[in-house]
Amino acid sequence: MTTLDHPHHPAHGGHEGSYLTPKGGFWATVWDWMTTIDHKKIGMMYLVAILTMFFVGGMAALAVRLELLNPTRLDPVTGHVVGSIFSAADATDTKPGNEIYNRMFTLHGAVMVFMFIIPSIPAALGNFLLPLMLGAKDVAFPRLNLCSWYLYVFGSIFAIIAVVGGGIDTGWTFYTPYSTVTDPDHWRLVYMVLGVFILGFSSIFTGLNFVVTVHKLRCPGMGWFDMPLFVWAIYATAIIQVLATPVLGITLLLLIFERLFHIGIFDPALGGDPVLFQHFFWFYSHPAVYIMILPGMAIINETLAVHARKRIFGYRAVAFSSLAIAGISFLVWGHHMFTSEGELSSAIFSALTFLVAIPTAVKMFNWIATLYKGSITFNTPMLYTLFFLFTFAIGGLTGMPLATLSTDLHLHDSYFVVAHFHYVMMGGTVIALLAGLHHWWPKMTGKMYNERAGIMGCFLVFIGFNMTFFIQFIMGSQGMPRRYASYVDDFHWMHMVSTFGSWVLLAGFLTHLVNFMTSLAVGARAPDNPWGGLTLEWDTDSPPIEHNFHHEPILTHGPYDFDDTVPPRTRPGEWPLAAPLPAGATAHH
Amino acid sequence: MTTIDAAHRLPRPEDLPPHERHVHQPHWRTKEAEFDAAKFGMWLFLATEVLLFSGMFCAYAVFRMLHPDAWTNGSHYLDWKWGGLNTIVLLVSSFTMAMSIHNAQKNQQGWLKFNLCFTILCALAFVFIKFTFEYTPKWSGWFFFLDPALHHHVDSGRTALGGLFHFVEGYGGKRPGSLFAYPFAESPYEPIWWSVYYISTGIHALHVLIGVGLISWLLWRAQRRHFGPGHYTAVEIVGLYWHIVDMIWIFLFPLLYLIH
Repeated sequence: MTTLDHPHHPAHGGHEGSYLTPKGGFWATVWDWMTTIDHKKIGMMYLVAILTMFFVGGMAALAVRLELLNPTRLDPVTGHVVGSIFSAADATDTKPGNEIYNRMFTLHGAVMVFMFIIPSIPAALGNFLLPLMLGAKDVAFPRLNLCSWYLYVFGSIFAIIAVVGGGIDTGWTFYTPYSTVTDPDHWRLVYMVLGVFILGFSSIFTGLNFVVTVHKLRCPGMGWFDMPLFVWAIYATAIIQVLATPVLGITLLLLIFERLFHIGIFDPALGGDPVLFQHFFWFYSHPAVYIMILPGMAIINETLAVHARKRIFGYRAVAFSSLAIAGISFLVWGHHMFTSEGELSSAIFSALTFLVAIPTAVKMFNWIATLYKGSITFNTPMLYTLFFLFTFAIGGLTGMPLATLSTDLHLHDSYFVVAHFHYVMMGGTVIALLAGLHHWWPKMTGKMYNERAGIMGCFLVFIGFNMTFFIQFIMGSQGMPRRYASYVDDFHWMHMVSTFGSWVLLAGFLTHLVNFMTSLAVGARAPDNPWGGLTLEWDTDSPPIEHNFHHEPILTHGPYDFDDTVPPRTRPGEWPLAAPLPAGATAHH
Repeated sequence: MTTIDAAHRLPRPEDLPPHERHVHQPHWRTKEAEFDAAKFGMWLFLATEVLLFSGMFCAYAVFRMLHPDAWTNGSHYLDWKWGGLNTIVLLVSSFTMAMSIHNAQKNQQGWLKFNLCFTILCALAFVFIKFTFEYTPKWSGWFFFLDPALHHHVDSGRTALGGLFHFVEGYGGKRPGSLFAYPFAESPYEPIWWSVYYISTGIHALHVLIGVGLISWLLWRAQRRHFGPGHYTAVEIVGLYWHIVDMIWIFLFPLLYLIH
């Protein structure tokens, strides 16, 4: 499969169409997609699903920020409720408006965590790219893969029924006793929790599929340390998905029983232990934050190396740090409970939490070292990658005062925590997702996006994101508690900045949306390897053919050997080697 | 003119039984790779099963530590003989399940179907014993007419389902949480014991019933000669599942029945 022979290859191979080629008429195509076991189509279906959920969760977030711009409060003179978009229900009582606010932030949290960010990168980009990067034709269990997607949709439908029926107000963590005694109309909570339970199965099946795929479907010539680092991080994620999610499953099942039959396990009135719920919940949900961030790191490895044209500094250290993060993630759940557990266990969990900083810092330093003397192209994926390094560093470092017991007691449940995890989850995962979407968009759709519009969107998101969330560190350290619908006047200017920032952020996302839609409609045809990448997904058509590769690939070079490999499927002379080709180096496989 | 003996002729592909015609899915290089992956996937799934039940074991440990009286009193009501019988039933079924894999490998089609049937019957017997002799009397006070325990209690004379069930006054009501209605409880925390008991054994019984469904599917396929030495993936992985269901009971039995 020497691509140098076919430099302009749109018709390379010729006999086999792209995976996007419609099968017959409209309904035949719909049926084909709904029953497909092709990992690329399932990845695209996930992408549409998670971006829809991102929109729903984003709207809820904007509503929360809008409320905080002008919060619900009683006018001291007239005694009437003023402010707030939610307060129209009762002119003299702030409670109905505040309850809507509670439902809105719960909706935001639950949708963003369970329906957007956990499945986002692994299920959408991971599904699309993992088999391609391994040189495989599909994931290990293609039918199970489709089953995961249907479980995702099915679980989301349960959750949406709960939301449309009035929503729940417990926060995304479903803490007992909020979730077992408040809100007598309990069916919505049961539906929401059941939805998340089903989503958990979807996540387990995806993870299981990926672990087996990485073990069993690497192409000839690809050892463990020839895999792209994207695959290493997705592999570490998949292990966490498989080992942590079942514990959430049993916890949610017990919660449903508690709500329906008052079984007393979490209800202190019957001798149960509400803190046990917190232990169970965080035993899953802390590893789950690494389910969220590791795939973000996965993307950064690829975008950084390709757009800086440098071999990743310390490949093995980066690969093992992913596994180390996955391992340590199971030992730190107690740091969510510093105020509700014993002093000794708090001290132990605090110490263990600091350990996570080590592999994370290994990655950060290696990435920065990779940039050194690279030939960096400042396109949208690379700008987002640098954006990630900047915001993720802030997010990671602000985790330190939260892991320290004495400072955490002051910062606990304040906006400092809100800002910290948004810097990690949004400044980390969402930003990495945007880097990845731009990086692989040509491969996935066969169309180029507009680079100028992409860069403009990136700057808007950068300004909007930092405006929205940086001020929240200051608010939090001055005592603004999280999840409150109202506040004292001193915080007003900071909330104003934050809300205006959220609008800039919206403008940035809309720029990307328009850019992507325009690209689908009128975008230029993408070359097979627009960035000169060396991983195997660039060694097939854009978009890939149905069976991924024209011939079974045989790996002959490492994923980051930019110094001595001509990238596959590029025009002659397009990617000149940095140095003369050493004797015995691969011209191209 | 000589005729060729039919036995010396190679069979046409369409005349072969399905298990000899099995072709691996196109993304695998060999049948063996496909089989190994299926087994590996199942082992991972079993790890998730263990972790699912570990939540229950954890709840068990916490509440036994917090309310030891409720645990000794509650366990007192469980009859180790039923639990022991069910343990034997499951162990036998695990043996027949293992044998059915062996039968598939040796192409013993008749024995394969026999062992699968036997496994299904054991699973159904387990569920029958659990519901009829354990759950029903404790929950509601209704005893099956063949239940030996009926003779130790005063029969109220009320019967149901044509005499199949007899009611005993003051025996039922041992239910989880706020449904608890047993008048002679000695510890105020006994409802939690019953919650842990019903939920852990209930989820286990659900797994047994799922196993019945899976093994019936194997039987349906064995009838069509889908399994043989060249292809027995489904028998192997359902077998693995069945052993974990058995293993979980091996832990539940002593923890629930043998602690007084």
